[in-house]
Amino acid sequence: MYELQEEERMILSMVDSVCTDIIADRAAEIDEQDEFPQDIYDVLAEQGLFGLAMPEEQGGFAVSVNCWAQCVARLAEESPAVALMLFVAAIGADAIMTYGTDEQKNTYLPEIIAGEKKISFAMTEPNAGSDVWSLTTSAKPTENGYVISGNKMFISNAEVADLFCVFAQVDVDGERKPAAFIVDAHDERVVISAHEQKLGLHGSPTCPIFFDKVEVASDALIGEVGQGAQIAFHALNRGRIALAATALGITRASLKASATYAEGRKQFGQPVFDFEAVSFMLADMRIAATASHGLIDDAIDAFVNDARDVKERVAAAKVFCSDAAQQAATNAVQIHGGYGFCKEYPVERYYRDAKAFTILGGTNQIQRRIIADEVRKQFAL
Amino acid sequence: MKIAVCVKQTIDTEAVITLDADGQVVTDGAALIIDPYAEFAVEKAVQLKEANGGEVVVVTVGTQDDVPAIRHALSMGADRAILIEDANIDTTNPLAKARILAAVLEAEQPDIIMGGYKSGDTGQAQTLPRVAAIMGIPQVGWITGLELEGETALVDHELDDGVERVSVALPALFTAQQGLAEPRYPTVRDIMQSKKKPIDTKDLAAIGIDPSLVGPAAAQVVVKSYALKPEREGGRIVEGDVPDAVAETAGLLASEAKVL
Repeated sequence: MYELQEEERMILSMVDSVCTDIIADRAAEIDEQDEFPQDIYDVLAEQGLFGLAMPEEQGGFAVSVNCWAQCVARLAEESPAVALMLFVAAIGADAIMTYGTDEQKNTYLPEIIAGEKKISFAMTEPNAGSDVWSLTTSAKPTENGYVISGNKMFISNAEVADLFCVFAQVDVDGERKPAAFIVDAHDERVVISAHEQKLGLHGSPTCPIFFDKVEVASDALIGEVGQGAQIAFHALNRGRIALAATALGITRASLKASATYAEGRKQFGQPVFDFEAVSFMLADMRIAATASHGLIDDAIDAFVNDARDVKERVAAAKVFCSDAAQQAATNAVQIHGGYGFCKEYPVERYYRDAKAFTILGGTNQIQRRIIADEVRKQFAL
Repeated sequence: MKIAVCVKQTIDTEAVITLDADGQVVTDGAALIIDPYAEFAVEKAVQLKEANGGEVVVVTVGTQDDVPAIRHALSMGADRAILIEDANIDTTNPLAKARILAAVLEAEQPDIIMGGYKSGDTGQAQTLPRVAAIMGIPQVGWITGLELEGETALVDHELDDGVERVSVALPALFTAQQGLAEPRYPTVRDIMQSKKKPIDTKDLAAIGIDPSLVGPAAAQVVVKSYALKPEREGGRIVEGDVPDAVAETAGLLASEAKVL
């Protein structure tokens, strides 16, 4: 596994303090209120966490993606909704970081890093999830730029966004070519609807958006027309690493809460920890957390080295970590017994939040398809 | 204005302490942090520097293992650090550490010397008062406030049942009590910049101290072993009607607790 550098350990230690001192006390409230916690966002921004894995040229700190992912995981131990702030910023800014011009980088990244502007990733549509080719949002070329029209669904943090990284099809001589654009979220022709009422991840608002013939200048295009799928896949890989890390945070939180509870809860004159049925569940959570960490580091290794099999390795991390988190949270509720079913204990929240990660960023079924396709290729079937 | 802060690294105060068979604290694998009381002092020193200009120097007697605590202080805003590392030093002996710190501080000539009033681990509260005594400068312990007025410091000295405001001519030494200043969280930028700040490592020869004065043989007090506090036994609830319960409680206080 990747060994953090000295300064990276210090960053993680700082995040740990912020989690313990500030976020831990707010986590249940964030869940209950289901409103974007701007106060916590401001703390993360002030601490510089949006600049972690961003380039130094634009004011970022260029720490390893591994360090960034471990910060995401630590935040998720307290509140996955808070951890997702880093996920949304990273997946939203990935296109600019990776395919943007120097001018685009210098215009947008410093503000995103400073937390002055929030960017969201607007790809999913009512009838197009992980299938970039079937997007129906269109970008019609004009004399000075493009006119974007269409509907987007499930856009994380949309109602607080300042910018969107929007994926749309450009008609080039009758052929539809996907492309990515930077769109001002405050444009009056961008209509953001109220956030969905979700099972979990409260405090991370997910909204539908309607682009009603939104005019953008030609410099809003990121990369080239036709590069949209490539740009989306790169961002999705970064995003899936963050989602895997968030799931790891839930696994760790489930383990910590369950171990503590099991040691204190006495039945038949002994801590329930002593019962094999309980202690084996705890051992499995520990194995899952360690394995999740290893797979996340493997996915990051593939991602930063642009490995040929990056999609498969990122998919593997995302699938394993989210399945493991769901199992860990389920067992955490089980270990807590009746108390686990009540909001008084945080495992009830972990249980609801964990489910999201088997769906978000592409369902675990589509991730397994990606992996299975690689298996078929490997054996030339 | 130059402010020196004496910093120690300790086992995380939240950690579960374990002892080996000889009654010594197991440090292997324990989470280590900057001592919380020293951290209050660092924060106050950095605030004074931010308000009045000057420099904050961290001074530590220890080994390379203590560098994380030093780096933490640098990330909070201290400017540079001095680490005295020498195999001849008995770092468990407050007198030895006081002699070393005094020698370093004599050379540095700070206006203000600060540190924790005690450390969160051994809690002897010995080292810094001894430094002041060796240097022949005034010291106020347990401070919860510090303001500067020219060459004078106005400090709040915590007492058992109140606070005493003391005026002290500088240079002077102050030891921090909780409440002096709320330590900041260093930002990512602070942490990255702390990498560039110098840690000057010196041995005893470099500061002109005779090893025999700071080695194990110089210790007049030796901690033989540690023991954990016995676990508290659960309380007892006396049930029944109030007059009966009161009578029974009084009886128990007399016969079992033997406090009546």
